[in-house]
Amino acid sequence: MARKEMLAMLLAGGEGKRLGVLTKDLAKPAVYFGGKYRIIDFTLSNCTHSGIDTVGVLTQYQPFELNRYLGIGTPWGLDRSDGGMAILPPHVKQKGGVWYKGTANAIYQNMEFIERYNPSYVLVISGDHIYTMDYDLMLQHHKRCGADVTIAGIEVDWKEASRFGVMHVDDEDRITAFEEKPAKPTSNIASMGVYIFTWSVLQKYLIYDEANRQSSNDFGKDIIPAMMRDGLIVSAYSFRGYWKDVGTIESLWEANMDLLAEEPSLDLSDTDWRIYSVNPNRPAQYVAAGAQVISSMVTEGCVVEGRVDRSVLFYGVQMEKDSEVSESVIMPNVRIGEGARVYRAIIGEGAVIEDGVQIGDPEDEAITVVAVGQFVANDHVLLEVEPS
Amino acid sequence: MSNRIMGVINLIHETDELEHLTQSRCLATVPFGARYRLIDFILSSMVNSGINKVAVFAHTKYRSLMDHLGSGKYWDLNNRQSGLFILPPATDDLQEISRGDLYHFYQNRDYFNRSTLEYVVITRSHMVCNIDFNPIIDEHEARGADITIVCKKQHDLAGKARKVKMSSDGRITSIQENYGRMLSDISSMEMYVMKKDLLMEIVETSLAQGQDHLVRHAIFSRLNKLRVYGHLYDGYLGVVNTLESYFSNSMNLLCPEVWKELFFQPGTIFTKVKDEPPARYLESSKVNNSLIANGCRIEGTVENSILFRGVHIGKGAVIRNSIIMQNGIIGENSLIQHSILDKDVRVDCNRDIRGAERLPFLAGKRKTI
Repeated sequence: MARKEMLAMLLAGGEGKRLGVLTKDLAKPAVYFGGKYRIIDFTLSNCTHSGIDTVGVLTQYQPFELNRYLGIGTPWGLDRSDGGMAILPPHVKQKGGVWYKGTANAIYQNMEFIERYNPSYVLVISGDHIYTMDYDLMLQHHKRCGADVTIAGIEVDWKEASRFGVMHVDDEDRITAFEEKPAKPTSNIASMGVYIFTWSVLQKYLIYDEANRQSSNDFGKDIIPAMMRDGLIVSAYSFRGYWKDVGTIESLWEANMDLLAEEPSLDLSDTDWRIYSVNPNRPAQYVAAGAQVISSMVTEGCVVEGRVDRSVLFYGVQMEKDSEVSESVIMPNVRIGEGARVYRAIIGEGAVIEDGVQIGDPEDEAITVVAVGQFVANDHVLLEVEPS
Repeated sequence: MSNRIMGVINLIHETDELEHLTQSRCLATVPFGARYRLIDFILSSMVNSGINKVAVFAHTKYRSLMDHLGSGKYWDLNNRQSGLFILPPATDDLQEISRGDLYHFYQNRDYFNRSTLEYVVITRSHMVCNIDFNPIIDEHEARGADITIVCKKQHDLAGKARKVKMSSDGRITSIQENYGRMLSDISSMEMYVMKKDLLMEIVETSLAQGQDHLVRHAIFSRLNKLRVYGHLYDGYLGVVNTLESYFSNSMNLLCPEVWKELFFQPGTIFTKVKDEPPARYLESSKVNNSLIANGCRIEGTVENSILFRGVHIGKGAVIRNSIIMQNGIIGENSLIQHSILDKDVRVDCNRDIRGAERLPFLAGKRKTI
C-alpha cells in the first residue's frame, strides 16, 4: 500500500444530546443543514478539496442512517482503490473490545488502520462543525513550525468564549496555555477541534494515555495538556472565515439563518469549493402562481404554493395554499397544509403540519422543534419546545 | 419479465430542427425541464421498467452525450455485467456515417448476438414521456405480434411525428412520414418492440436487399408480411424535435399535473448529478408559476418561466414566459419575454429582449447580449 503523507480521522460518533428529538435516531453528523446537506458533508468536502484521499470515519451512536448516507464515499470522491473512505465502528479484537471511551481512545482503537498507511501526519477532525477550510495550508504551517501538534483556532466573541476550549498563543504561533470551557476566559481564540499531529508523536501519546487509568481519553482534556506539560511544540493555526459548532438547536437554527444573508460568510456557491452531498434527484422546485418566496433558500423537489420568508426549505417540501413559513428550517419531505403557519421553528424530516395548524409564535424568541415524522394536527398538538 | 429486454436508444439521423440548440449538441442532450436532457426521459423509463442493458447509438455531435451519460451511474446502469453501452458509428470510411440506421445495427451485430436477452426495445430520444414497457411486452405477447409500435392518439401534438393508421384490433395498416397527406390522429412514438432474433433477421435481409433505414424501409415494407401492432400510450407525451415544440412542451411543464406525471409517474426521471447549492431568493425576488433549479440566485421577477441550474437574475430584471438555461446571467432591470437563452448566456443591464409566443427569441450558447 502506498504511503500517505496525511490521512484524516473524522470523529462522527457524537450523540448530539443537545439537539434533542433531531438526533433521537440519528448521529449528529448526519443532521440536515443548509437546504440539502448534512453536517458531515462540510468536513468530507474539505478533505477532498485539501487533497486528502484517505479518511477514516469513526462511528458509534445510531450509525445506520449515517452509514447508508456515506456508502463508499462516492459523492465526495472518496471511492478510491488506494485509500478512500473507511467506516470505523468500535470492534472486537482477540482480547475483547469496548465502546469508544473518548475522542483519543477512538483513535487509539484504530491505530492499526492508521499504521496500514504509515502516514507522516494525522488530521483529527470532528463531523459536527460547519466550515470550509483547506487542511493542506494548515499542514504547511505545521511543517513550517516544526510542530508536534497544530491546533486550528478562531477568534470568537468574548461573551461566547466560555463555551469553547480557548488557547493563548505567543508571537511565534505557539500555544502557551489551553483552558477547556473557562468560566472567565482570558483569551478569545477558540479551538476548532481540528488537529494535525505528527503521527509518530501521537502514536506514543495515545499508548501512554491509554495506560493512564485516570485519563478520560480525550484530546482536549488529556492528550494536548500532556503534550504541553512535556514541552512539545504545540502550535496554533489561525483560521479566518465562517466556523460554527451546530451542537444546539439554537446554533443549528442560527447557522441556517446565516446562509440567508445577502452575501453570506459561508459561500455555498463557491465553484472552487463545492460542498458535495448525496443528491436526492428531484425535479426542479415549483413556485406556484400566488406564492411568495423572499430572503430564503429552496431546494429541488419543493412545491411552494404559500408564503416563505427568511427560511430554509430542504428538498421535497410541500407548502400548500395560504400556508406561511417564516424564520424556519423545514427539513426534507415535510408537508405544510393549507393555511398552516410556522414561525421560528425547525421541522424534522417527513413531518406533517396539518391544515390550519400554527407552530411557534412570531412574538416569541424560542425555537420550536417538531420531531422527525411527527404528525401535527390542531386537536393533537405534539411539540417539543427547546427551553432557551 | 424485463430481464428479457435490452434497450436501444437510436440517435442515427434523428430530426433536430432546434436551430442553435442543436448546433453543437445532438438532440438527445438538449437541456429540458430545468435540469434534464431529453435523453433522460427515455433512459429513465427503460431503467424504471427493469431494463438494465441499454445501448445508445451515438451518431454525430456526441461529446455532450458522452459527458452527460458517463458510466451510466446516475441511471444505475454502471452494472458489472450489463449496463450502459455507448456505440458510436463503427465505420472505416467517413462517408458511411451518413448511411441509414440499418447499417449501424449491422455494424454492431456482435453486440446483439452476444446477448442472451430475448426482446429489444428500440426508441429515439425526443419523445418526452415517462413510460413503463412491461405492459407493452405483455400486450405484444398476448397478441402474438411480431412488432409492436408504441403510438399516441392525440390530434394537437406539437412537433413532427409519423402518422399511423390502425385497424380496430390494433393492427397497423399504414404509416406515413409526418408530411404525408394521410389523415390520422394517431402518431408513432418511434418505439419498436420485437424479438432480438427478428431484429437481426430484418437488419440482414433488408440491407442485403439494398434497404438502408429500419423504419422507413424495413418496417414500412413489412406491414403486410409481419404482424405489426400498435400500442396506445395514454400518458403525457411531448414530441420535441422542432424549436416551436421545444418551447410549447417546456411551457406545458408549468402545469402541475403535467410535471407531476412526467417526473414521477410511473417512475422517477434521473439525470446527471450536479452539486449546486439550493436556490436563493433574495428580498426583492418575485417568483410566480415557475420551475427553478438549484444554484439559482433570484433578485428580480420571474413569471411563467423555467430557470436551469445556476441562473442569476439581477435586481429589477423581469423574466416572463422564458427559458433560461444553465448559468445564464441576467443583468439588472433587463426584460426578457418569450425567449430561450442557451447555456452561459449573459444579458447586460437594461436590455429589452422579446420574442413572440409562437416564435420565441433564441440566443445561442455563450452569447453576450
